[in-house]
Amino acid sequence: MRQIAIYGKGGIGKSTTAQNTVAGLSAIGKKVMIVGCDPKADSTRLMLHAKAQTTVMDLIRERGTVDDIELSDVMKYGYGGTKCVESGGPEPGVGCAGRGVITAINFLEAEGAYTPDLDFVFYDVLGDVVCGGFAMPIREGKAEEIYIVVSGEMMAMYAANNIAKGILKYATSGKVRLAGLICNSRNTDKESELIEALAKRLGTQMIHFVPRDNQVQRAELRRMTVIEYSPEHKQAEEYRQLARKISENKKLVIPTPLQMEELEELLMEFGIIQDDDPNVGLAEAAVA
Amino acid sequence: MTTVETKKIDGITRESTQAMIDKTLEIYPEKARAKRAPHLAPNAPESESACVKSNRKTVPGVMSARGCAYAGAKGVVWGPIRDMVHISHGPVGCGWYSWGTRRNLVSGINGVSSFSMHMTSDFQEKDIVYGGDKKLAVLLKEAKELFPLAKAISVLSECPVGLIGDDINSVARTMSKELDLPVIPCNCEGFRGVSQSLGHHISNDSIRDYVIETREFPEPAGPYDLALIGDYNIGGDVWSVKSLLEECGFNVKATWTGDGEIEKIAATHQVKLAVIHCYRSMNYMARVLEEKHGIPWLELNFFGPTKIRQSLRKLAERFDDVIKDKVEAVIAKYDPIMQAIVDEYKPRLDGKKVMLYVGGLRPRHTVGAYEDLGMAVVGAGYEFAHNDDYERTAPELADATVIYDDASEYELEKFVDELKPDLVGSGIKEKYLIQKMGIPFRQMHSWDYSGPYHGYQGFSVFARDIDLAVNSPTWKLLKAPF
Repeated sequence: MRQIAIYGKGGIGKSTTAQNTVAGLSAIGKKVMIVGCDPKADSTRLMLHAKAQTTVMDLIRERGTVDDIELSDVMKYGYGGTKCVESGGPEPGVGCAGRGVITAINFLEAEGAYTPDLDFVFYDVLGDVVCGGFAMPIREGKAEEIYIVVSGEMMAMYAANNIAKGILKYATSGKVRLAGLICNSRNTDKESELIEALAKRLGTQMIHFVPRDNQVQRAELRRMTVIEYSPEHKQAEEYRQLARKISENKKLVIPTPLQMEELEELLMEFGIIQDDDPNVGLAEAAVA
Repeated sequence: MTTVETKKIDGITRESTQAMIDKTLEIYPEKARAKRAPHLAPNAPESESACVKSNRKTVPGVMSARGCAYAGAKGVVWGPIRDMVHISHGPVGCGWYSWGTRRNLVSGINGVSSFSMHMTSDFQEKDIVYGGDKKLAVLLKEAKELFPLAKAISVLSECPVGLIGDDINSVARTMSKELDLPVIPCNCEGFRGVSQSLGHHISNDSIRDYVIETREFPEPAGPYDLALIGDYNIGGDVWSVKSLLEECGFNVKATWTGDGEIEKIAATHQVKLAVIHCYRSMNYMARVLEEKHGIPWLELNFFGPTKIRQSLRKLAERFDDVIKDKVEAVIAKYDPIMQAIVDEYKPRLDGKKVMLYVGGLRPRHTVGAYEDLGMAVVGAGYEFAHNDDYERTAPELADATVIYDDASEYELEKFVDELKPDLVGSGIKEKYLIQKMGIPFRQMHSWDYSGPYHGYQGFSVFARDIDLAVNSPTWKLLKAPF
């Protein structure tokens, strides 16, 4: 069983990418479980064609304690027989979502959700690793392969680099490794080259460049992955390719995160930030 | 400051004490030694300043008995107020293990006019993950339904509440309106500060922000209206001191917080003077009363006839001849009674040595009571005192006496071994260690299930207890099996 965690900046398309990839893996006969680690609980909706499934934490809240729930209460089967679980958690601003992830994963382990027939477990983790709870999927004995979803946008790259720093911390004490960057294209300038270069700097690879295509949106509106909605569409083939590459991937590394200045230099190199930008100073000049 | 004759103890010099400290410190690794050294020193009464460093983080690896901010808030300041419901907000343990352990006695009928019960929001996983605000609101409603006669409710935060950011202040505000009852939030999460001391301060601040000035005494103000502050009625201390002050002609309008009533505490801004006993835990509010309400405060000591006499006269100084005469009459009445106690016990206790290690007040305040019985304090230290407590300690103790701040069990054991006292007064964690060394011990946080020790009434109990401990034949029968 390979356990994989998907990280990346908030809104970058982690859940969409993860579910489409899982659909691709399932299409080549792999058995997969998805564990949503985000209080928003939107990591399995494309697999289940549902708005949101009952989460582990919701049920604990409803029934009282973790001892009052069964695995079958919270595990659903989605597209291609994929097992789907959502940790769930509070609305923003209250309680402790991180603790919710810890409680949910401990519950899954105790209840024997990690069955030997599984080929893959995917953890889809909320954007920022804000506390120990969101690092739970990469602690000892869990996900050893991390994929970071990124785009050519500067903040997405900053986030990817920060996540690499987090992985480095856990890599030195355990087996967690960076397995690659997945570029979820935003059609920015020289995006593919830029992410290739960032991957190289981090000591990893850009495992796949997922082009931007509205078909993803169309499928999402129907609560489906592209692979299920339109298996013949070229975008479906992109996700199948990504799934195949992940399935065959052996390049697991301890990342070499960049300093902030290095990251800015990289952007400069690709002409994203210009040293002599003619726009700099225009605003001040206008005010004066 | 008046010059007091410096006390001396045979065989104790600054050199001997310093040598004992140095020897004790030897076992520590260099870093721990450097950290602990400033907390241990021979007393220098003439310096009028603290001879040790205090109120610092405990050195890791040494056992410490300092409690936490929650302990200071629940156990010390809020818990003793009898006509309130006190809610421990968080998992069940903190509230349970702080329930009734301090022997702060209360009057009234439980469930009617006093509420000595354990109330907690009993956090579960789901409350951590989803927040405990809603549960708290429900609990407050239930508390009011169960105990409609309670005059207020306190909400005392345990650690997780601070971690998950539950907004107890806002819940308290809303529910206070809805229930038409004061609901007082106290952000006393245990991880705040270095000892329970910060919990006292935080609680004083919540009294300042939510309680004081919110009520008035129904009866007109009188010239002899007092508040007794920083007495927690351990074993009935407040009752002893209150009746003594009343005998002297004073009106004790409020007691903070031993056997306390919240509405009287809330009206304390109307008294003429505040008598403060435990300076460490209540000096903050004493200052507020002085600065905001112009009420002077006086630190008094009611342990043992000598200190009681001095204290009563010091208090009478602030009032007219009516009071002065009454105070002299009271002293004259009790002097022979006290002399009889001294005559009975002193012959058996004379020359005996005591070591003390208690919270933030008693290591200096009880010295006089031991001396009245002919005993000498040969070592004293506090768990959570500050610089100003040590300043107040220096003149009370003999020259060169060892002073220890936040002592570890190891240090205490070494000092006891070296000084061979006839009695040690400290807490429950120290009790069995000391007794196993064959040395009499009294648990001086809770008066070892006895009390009161305050006031004239208390001295007879104190003298009896000390005699029972020191002169018990038990310790002479002990033989080490090795």
